[in-house]
Amino acid sequence: MTYIAKPRIVHGGLTRNALGLTIRDYEGGMSTLCAGCGHDSVTAAIVQAFFELDIPPHRVAKMSGIGCSSKTPAYFLGASHGFNAVHGRMPSVATGASVANRELYLLGVSGDGDSLSIGLGQFAHAIRRNLNMVYVLENNGVYGLTKGQFSASADVGSKARKGEVNEQQPIDPVQMAMAQGGTFVARSFSGDKEQLVPLLKAAIKHQGFALVDVISPCVTFNDHEDSTKSYSYTRQFFHRAVHLDYVPPLEEIKVAYDEGEVMPIELHDGSRILLRKLSKDYSFTNRGAALDYIRSHQRKGEIVTGLLYIDESEPDLHGINHTTTAPLCNLDFETLCPGSQALATLQQRFR
Amino acid sequence: MEPTKTSGTEYFHRVVDCQWACPAHTDVPEYIRLIAQGRFSDAYMLNRVSNVFPGILGRVCDRPCEPACRRVRVEDEPVAICRLKRVAADNRGDIRDRLPKAAEQKNGKRIALIGAGCASLTVVNDLLPLGYECVIYEALDKHGGLMRTNIPSFRLPATVLDEEMDYIIDMGADLRLGTPVESMKRLLAEGYDAIFVGSGAPKGKNLDLPGRLDSDRIHIGIQWLESVAFEHVDSIGENVLIIGVGNTAMDCCRTSLRLGAKNVKVMARKPRKFFKASDWELEDAEEELVEIVVNYSPKAFVMEAGKLVGMTFEKMEYDLDDDGNIADTRVVAEEFFACDDVVLAIGQENAFPWIERDIGIQFDQWEVPVVDPVTFEATLPGVFFGGDAAFGPKNIIWAVEHGHQAAISIHKYCQAQSLTDRLPRGVNLQSAKMGMHEWSYSNDYDPTARRMMPSVDLKERFKKLNIEVELGFSVEQIVKEVERCLNCDLQTVFFADLCIECDACIDVCPVDCLTITANEDEQTLKNNLKSPLLNPDQPLYVSASLKQTGRVMVKDENLCVHCGLCAERCPTAAWDMQKSTVNIPYAIDEMVQDEARCLENQKTG
Repeated sequence: MTYIAKPRIVHGGLTRNALGLTIRDYEGGMSTLCAGCGHDSVTAAIVQAFFELDIPPHRVAKMSGIGCSSKTPAYFLGASHGFNAVHGRMPSVATGASVANRELYLLGVSGDGDSLSIGLGQFAHAIRRNLNMVYVLENNGVYGLTKGQFSASADVGSKARKGEVNEQQPIDPVQMAMAQGGTFVARSFSGDKEQLVPLLKAAIKHQGFALVDVISPCVTFNDHEDSTKSYSYTRQFFHRAVHLDYVPPLEEIKVAYDEGEVMPIELHDGSRILLRKLSKDYSFTNRGAALDYIRSHQRKGEIVTGLLYIDESEPDLHGINHTTTAPLCNLDFETLCPGSQALATLQQRFR
Repeated sequence: MEPTKTSGTEYFHRVVDCQWACPAHTDVPEYIRLIAQGRFSDAYMLNRVSNVFPGILGRVCDRPCEPACRRVRVEDEPVAICRLKRVAADNRGDIRDRLPKAAEQKNGKRIALIGAGCASLTVVNDLLPLGYECVIYEALDKHGGLMRTNIPSFRLPATVLDEEMDYIIDMGADLRLGTPVESMKRLLAEGYDAIFVGSGAPKGKNLDLPGRLDSDRIHIGIQWLESVAFEHVDSIGENVLIIGVGNTAMDCCRTSLRLGAKNVKVMARKPRKFFKASDWELEDAEEELVEIVVNYSPKAFVMEAGKLVGMTFEKMEYDLDDDGNIADTRVVAEEFFACDDVVLAIGQENAFPWIERDIGIQFDQWEVPVVDPVTFEATLPGVFFGGDAAFGPKNIIWAVEHGHQAAISIHKYCQAQSLTDRLPRGVNLQSAKMGMHEWSYSNDYDPTARRMMPSVDLKERFKKLNIEVELGFSVEQIVKEVERCLNCDLQTVFFADLCIECDACIDVCPVDCLTITANEDEQTLKNNLKSPLLNPDQPLYVSASLKQTGRVMVKDENLCVHCGLCAERCPTAAWDMQKSTVNIPYAIDEMVQDEARCLENQKTG
């Protein structure tokens, strides 16, 4: 970290988006994480994605739990709404927020501890509900905030900084989301913004639960030799399965592509993503085949990345529950609170 | 691209834009830091090493440093570099015991210097400590050259001028006032070991229009200013026209207001963007309600009953092309402007009627001496030129640099060494890291705007000719202004082998000047920068290949504000802030080098 805030400097190279904002308007407070933390790069990628999508910061709600990763919403989108929930309970609070105001962009930031240990149940149910949110899981294999114990995502054989070896099986959030029926499952790396930023943009525009598992090295407790979540290990075993391009609504698709090699998918707001297989035997629409592929590469120690599975046809939480189409705050009083007679009628239905 | 070679003298020097732009390479960021620490005497002495006249230049320098200042890339106004120099001069303690002293043992060589202006005095300043005997010939009764005759005392008080010149004269120069050199041939015959010509550009240009010779109320700017300076002239008519719009014109119009003129117009032939005067000098004149009239070309002086009553002008119209250059010119009307006096300020030239043309000193077709731009030697060995005398009118700071270089040449000439075999410049780097998040400079970017120079009120200042208009910065202003300096000499130095490519520096950089990308040719790298390239002339800082991916770190030096956040954020200290010091050799360094060589020879011999 540094004690000096990144100064607000308007320099000649600064561009403005469709709202007339610069990328600096999407930043937040100064990070208090360790210098070199992968989470800070994820923060920068989130800032860039929202800036490039021209999303007004006040239309975003940032949700988080507890942990180094869950501190980061303080470091981006300073003009957004935010809720820092108790440990592992962010998906519940996010569900409430989504129910109350379905027009907000919900962005959850969590870590491997918050999501895969204390919050594993909440995490699984949020996927099951297909809650319309982006769920960024900053995954570094250790509990950084409590001095580097192994987390539930640590690989077998991975060594801690002082030399202990992890012997328990890891939980892979990607495979879990696939198995739970997740509709948008992606993995990336904090050190590869070229891949991460388009992935985040597609996730933001996806209608439903979008998991983005980001390998985000802990520079203090898990960036040594024999770590499987270090910068150098991740770079060495990084395996790009799918390449994604995000194309905003109304913009013409300029690249020429062969049928079968590149697949365009239209998202709900009319924007499109272009998916290109980088590996011939990968299938991003067949859950079973995709899982097999990820597992077989995992056995070789490789980290499969990209948008690994997408399904735009499943209804989200609002679709499943047939909720009102307007945010609650936009309903007039009579509709929101129809009186004791209406309550009595409703109760009568359950007798 | 190959990794950038930073080991040479040029790369890091160029990053310090003010120091690079200064002809004398004054170490600006360092003296501003010294001022910030309240070390005014140290700041003064640091200035004096390179520019010799900090008090004078802190008031009247043409400040090539300020347009170059990095600050203008992030806001409108540069750091008030020049006026901070005055702060160092105004607040210094008694520094006389820190000044260079003439060598006690003379080396037996005698140098003649013609003209006691800034160029000659710089040569004397550099050569007296080496043991040379310096004889200065000055035609006028006072020394100072154009600094005294052309710069009005309300901008440069005589006390400031005298004090700094006397530091040099009192070292032991033989100053001969009222002694014009009338023949170079005779001077050569006197047997000096070398001669330096620093006689300036004393000839004001004339405007040969109808009526020019019919009145004594038409003055040539620099001659007129000289007469005012020597109190031969103490009044002017109520209505004055100044012809020309350079810095001399600004001095003429402001002087007129102090000698009784009520209505002063500066007549410009072209639109404002073509003016030669510096912006700040124009502002100072306009603040005094001088009217600047554009697009009038002088045609004739008008007399009535043998008395000047005004001038006629052609009103001009210009068509500009896409680049802003004049494509076409038209005369659209003729107009008369009434006046009592006219001052011609349309330029000046050097003039050498006293140099015989048959003694080996060659002149070109414009009667300008042929002078070597590195050694300042004329075509006659042992004769050197500097200041305006060498290449025509420039500024004091150029003359000072000419003086330094000529002094080196004179020393080498007198020691029978090659004039071109000069000591090279050097750059020293030293880490500025003091501890965790602690640097030996104030690295927190301060958004404060430039401080306004306080000045004497608009009625009071006209009461006497020599009331200095600018008052100098107050303590509060100094404290604010010094923090505006971006410390460009604190260089960002990158060690590729330490980088883990975590992107921390790229994310934290407030001006997006860093990029990690695949190594390509220069043009491709320039296209792939995170923030678009705004200054194609500034070289890129390209690292060696990074360990993990083989990509390269590329820095656009043009954007950097030297806040050091990259180095603060870097987990592996791959970025470091290092203070660069540019070593500029002077005559004394050449002598030290000679002595070292002598010792070496004795040992080996």
